[in-house]
Amino acid sequence: MTDVPHVPVARRLLANRMFLATCVVCTGLAVCVLAVLIVSIVMDGVHRLSPDFIANFASRKPDQAGIRAPLVGSIWVCTICALTALPVGVGTAIYLEEFAKRGRLTEFIRINISNLSGVPSIVYGIIGLTAFSRFFGWRAGAEPIELGSPDSLLYLRLPFGSSVLAGGLTLALVVLPIVIVASQEAIRAVPNSLRQGALALGSTRWQMVSRLTLPASLPMVMTGAILAMSRAIGEAAPILVLGAPLMVLETPANLMSEFTVLPMQIFNWAGRAKASFQEIAAAAIIVQLAVLMSFNALAILVRQRLQTPLQ
Amino acid sequence: MTMMSPMQTNPTTAAATATGTADPMAIRAASFDGFYGSFQALKGISLDIPRNQVTAFIGPSGCGKSTFLRWMNRMNDTIAGARASGTLTLDGEDILARSVDVVDLRRRVGMVFQRPNPFPKSIFDNVAFGPRLHWRHSRADLEDLVEQSLRSAALWNEVKDRLHASALGLSGGQQQRLCIARAIAGGPEVLLMDEPCSALDPKSTASVEELIRELRTAYTIVIVTHNMQQASRISDRTAFFFEGSLIEAGQTETLFTNPKSKQTEDYVTGRFG
Repeated sequence: MTDVPHVPVARRLLANRMFLATCVVCTGLAVCVLAVLIVSIVMDGVHRLSPDFIANFASRKPDQAGIRAPLVGSIWVCTICALTALPVGVGTAIYLEEFAKRGRLTEFIRINISNLSGVPSIVYGIIGLTAFSRFFGWRAGAEPIELGSPDSLLYLRLPFGSSVLAGGLTLALVVLPIVIVASQEAIRAVPNSLRQGALALGSTRWQMVSRLTLPASLPMVMTGAILAMSRAIGEAAPILVLGAPLMVLETPANLMSEFTVLPMQIFNWAGRAKASFQEIAAAAIIVQLAVLMSFNALAILVRQRLQTPLQ
Repeated sequence: MTMMSPMQTNPTTAAATATGTADPMAIRAASFDGFYGSFQALKGISLDIPRNQVTAFIGPSGCGKSTFLRWMNRMNDTIAGARASGTLTLDGEDILARSVDVVDLRRRVGMVFQRPNPFPKSIFDNVAFGPRLHWRHSRADLEDLVEQSLRSAALWNEVKDRLHASALGLSGGQQQRLCIARAIAGGPEVLLMDEPCSALDPKSTASVEELIRELRTAYTIVIVTHNMQQASRISDRTAFFFEGSLIEAGQTETLFTNPKSKQTEDYVTGRFG
């Protein structure tokens, strides 16, 4: 062995140090960009934050403008999105992972769901406009069918038009692939030996899923779900396509109400020439970031809660 | 679910069921063939498993012994392309029949795996998993059942103070005994064990082996093992498999000391495998 040349130790250590330095620089760059972004936004907007800014509706005068309608609108839309996308997405993931026969068709569906998460959200906006706002042109030009009184919480109008319901369902389309893929990964992370154990005890597939795989994968499913919701709350493009009005002077009263969302309001204000509008756009971004962070904090909390009983 | 090939129905099913436990054999196999796709893993196995005894399956890796074991509770249903033909009965009932309720079959035929696979739940919930699938016990009954099962698995004294702690905190040997407790809590007649000690250290192996010897009074036990000393220590009968065929089966002592077949002799004396 003595005639085999050595790789010099000094050179290996140098390579090691250089790799470490590269990693540090990359991380530093990412953190710097983020810090610059946050600091500049906070500098621009923080003095505009006030209880009035949260409580007021939009206005032509930047000093009186507030984000009440988009903030409440975002909450409505995200709630609708969560209530529809999560059950459908988790259910799809369970079916694909635990019930579907492995074959060419399931493989095709699996790959295409992953591909769907890369489709630009504006495309989903167009689908939402066609499917939910217009029901594929059903009764185009005619008066919409009304169910219930416009004052009631349960009021429905067919087709949905540019209502919060149409917005929430459209966002559900946007996040569905994310929820499905994240849930599939969570379910796949449960070791097969546990499934075998449950089946060998005489579980049906459903008992195995409901008592073992789903509880075991729930923390990861929840994390994926909350990340998907963070995506939903940040979307402006699909809502723009639906034709949500730029100036909304009331908060939604039911599923058929007009609405706008925070990213739309930010987009609107940021595009104006006046510097004071730029400032309130920055203030709205701060609120948006705060909402996002509380979502993520919630995700961590939920995960810890779900894991504690076993420790 | 996987496709099952058309099964031969056993004409004696009804009669055998009527005689029930009078049959000294719990499981009977005759001309049993097992396939994975086009590969024949088991060739014409005819073997009877006596009630309340320990039957060991030995043979080199890939000889089909685990496959055969996994047909006895139809765990092979979960493998795409697995199919079988021939006769395989439990108490005279056809295990392979399409009409068999595999959920009930698996309650009656418990299984312990090679690696301990406790669920990420408490010790109590692990043992109660099987009973909760099949019955609605009262809390008190369930607690009794869990205690009995843990006692039968010689684990009660070690875990009685931490029943609600995670099962994942137990040692490997304790986890395997927990899996045995979990398997017997559902009240099976037969226990299938697929190399239950291969992932355990010698001390844990000794405790599991002792447990298996004790359990035979209440259960029919079939154990797959690579360890011939283990087979000779704990089993009453031994079956030697080679390349998908059953070469020889009989009393353990006879098979080890006076085998009929040259292949068996070569294997048990360590000349190959």
